[in-house]
Amino acid sequence: MKLVTAILKPFKLDDVKSALETFGVHGLTVSEANGYGRQKGHTEVYRGAEYTVDLVPKVRIEVLVDDADADDVVEVIVKSAQTGRIGDGKVWVVPVDAVVRVRTGERGAEAL
Amino acid sequence: MPPTGDTAWVLTSAALVLLMTPGLALFYGGMVRSKTVLNMMMMSFGAMGLIGVLWVLYGYSIAFGNDVGGGLLGDPFEYLGLKGLMTSAEDALPNSAFVGFQAVFAIITVALISGAIADRAKFGSWMLFAGIWATIVYFPVAHWVFAFDNDDAGVVGGWIANDLAALDFAGGTAVHINAGAAGLALALVLGKRKGWPKERMRPHNLPLVMLGAGLLWFGWFGFNAGSALGANNLAAVAWINTLAATSAAICGWLLTEKIRDGHATSLGAASGVVAGLVAITPACAVLSPVGSLILGFVAGGACALAVGLKYRFGYDDSLDVVGVHLVGGLIGTIAIGFLATDTAPGFEGGESLFFGGSVDQLGKQVVGAVAVLAFSFVVTYIIGLAIEKTVGFRVSEEDEAAGVDITTHAESAYDIAGSIGGGGSSGLAKQSTPQHERV
Repeated sequence: MKLVTAILKPFKLDDVKSALETFGVHGLTVSEANGYGRQKGHTEVYRGAEYTVDLVPKVRIEVLVDDADADDVVEVIVKSAQTGRIGDGKVWVVPVDAVVRVRTGERGAEAL
Repeated sequence: MPPTGDTAWVLTSAALVLLMTPGLALFYGGMVRSKTVLNMMMMSFGAMGLIGVLWVLYGYSIAFGNDVGGGLLGDPFEYLGLKGLMTSAEDALPNSAFVGFQAVFAIITVALISGAIADRAKFGSWMLFAGIWATIVYFPVAHWVFAFDNDDAGVVGGWIANDLAALDFAGGTAVHINAGAAGLALALVLGKRKGWPKERMRPHNLPLVMLGAGLLWFGWFGFNAGSALGANNLAAVAWINTLAATSAAICGWLLTEKIRDGHATSLGAASGVVAGLVAITPACAVLSPVGSLILGFVAGGACALAVGLKYRFGYDDSLDVVGVHLVGGLIGTIAIGFLATDTAPGFEGGESLFFGGSVDQLGKQVVGAVAVLAFSFVVTYIIGLAIEKTVGFRVSEEDEAAGVDITTHAESAYDIAGSIGGGGSSGLAKQSTPQHERV
C-alpha cells in the first residue's frame, strides 16, 4: 500500500479530483495548506506599505492506493494538475504499513 | 410657525452623524489584527457612551454657553444639564435639535483619535483620556469654531468663528485637525506597537473597512449638509460638494497608488473616501462643485502620500489618523483661502486667492488651523503623559502580544477553533460552565 500526497494549486483541485475519479480512485482527503517552494511568496500592498507574504495557499490531496496503482495515480495527478508555470506543486509517494476501515475492521487492500 | 422641514432635516442629520461612529468602528476595526478588533471598536462605542453623557451634563454649555473671556470658553454653568433648553421659540429651530446635532460631532471627534493608538491602550485609560480630552480640548475648541455671536440675543461666541473669522463650515479644524493632532500626540506618548515597523500588521478584514467607509460617507452627508441647520439651498450645495470631493478623492488616492505601487487597492479606495470627506468638511459651503473636485483630488493624492510619513519619521500612528485627518483637515481648511468663491451660498469671508486675488482669507485660515493644531497637540500630549505616568496608558507587553481583546475584554472576535469539529469548546477555547448551571 502507498500513500500518494500531492501539494497543488487550489484552482486545479476539481480537475485532479475528476481525473482521479475517472481513473477509479474511490476516495481521497483534501486539506488546505500553505507553503512555498522555489517561487517563494508574493507581495501585498496596504496604504503603500509592502508586505511580503512567504506562504502561498495550496491544497493537499492524499490518496491511499495499491502498490500497483501508485505510479499511475501519480501520473494522473501530475497530468491533470500541470499548468507549466512556477508553483504547480509536488507529488510524493510513501509506503504504508497498515490500513484499517474503521466501520468494518477490514484491513489492507480490502479497506481501500 | 415652527420650521418643521428644517427641524426634520437637522434631527435626521444628527442621526446620520451618530451612525458615523459605528461606521468608524468598522473602518478602524477591519484595519487592525483579528486579536484586537473588538478593542478597536470598543474605543468608538466607549466614546459614544461617555461623551454623550458629558455633552448633556456640561459639554454643550462649555461649547455653546455665553463666552466667559476672550472667545476661549463658554460658560460651563449656563446650560448645565441642558437646563433651559427644553423649550424653544415658536419660529426657530428647536434648541434640542441643535444640541443633539452638535453632540454627535463631539462623539466622533473623540472616537477618531483612537485610530492612532490601536492594539496597545488600556481601555480604562482610554475612557479616562476621552473624558478629560473632551472637557479641556474638544468642548473649548468647538466653542472657538462653532459658537457664533448673536448680537440680538446678547450671545458672545468663540474667537475663531467671530474675531478671526476663519471659515470652517462643518469642522475641519474643530474635528479633523483637532483629532489628528491629538492622535499624533498620543501615538508619541504611547510609543510604537511591539514589532512595528518591522512587522507591518496588515488589516485583518478589508470588507469591514469598505463597509465602514461606506457608512462614514453616508453619515457624512448629515455632517456636512446638516451643518446648514436647515433644509435649504445651502444644505444642497454642501451635499453636492461632499459627493464631488469624495468621488474625486477616491480617484486621486487610487491613481497615486497605481503610479507608486503598481496596484489600486481596496484599502486605498476606502481611505480615499475618508480623505475626501475630511478635506471637504470645512469647505463644503464655500466652494463650487468644480472647486470641490479639485480639492478632493488633491486631498486624495496628498493623503495617500502622507500616510507614508510615519515610516519616515518613526511614529506609530497605527491607522493613519495623522495622514488622513490631520493632513486632510489642513488641506481642506487652507484650501478655502485659495478656492472659496462668492458664488457659493456659504461664502461670507474675505476673497480667496484664486477668486479674488487676496491672501487675506488664506491668512485667517492658516491662523485658525495652526492654533487648533498647536493647542490640541500640546494639551493632548500633557494629558496623555499624565495618564501614562499615573494609572498607565499602555498595556503590558504580554497582554499586547496576546491581544487586547482577550486580555482587556475577555472576548474574541472570531471563533476559529470552534469551527473545527463543530464544538465551541474544542481546541483553544475551553468553556467553563456558568455558575448557575452547576448548582
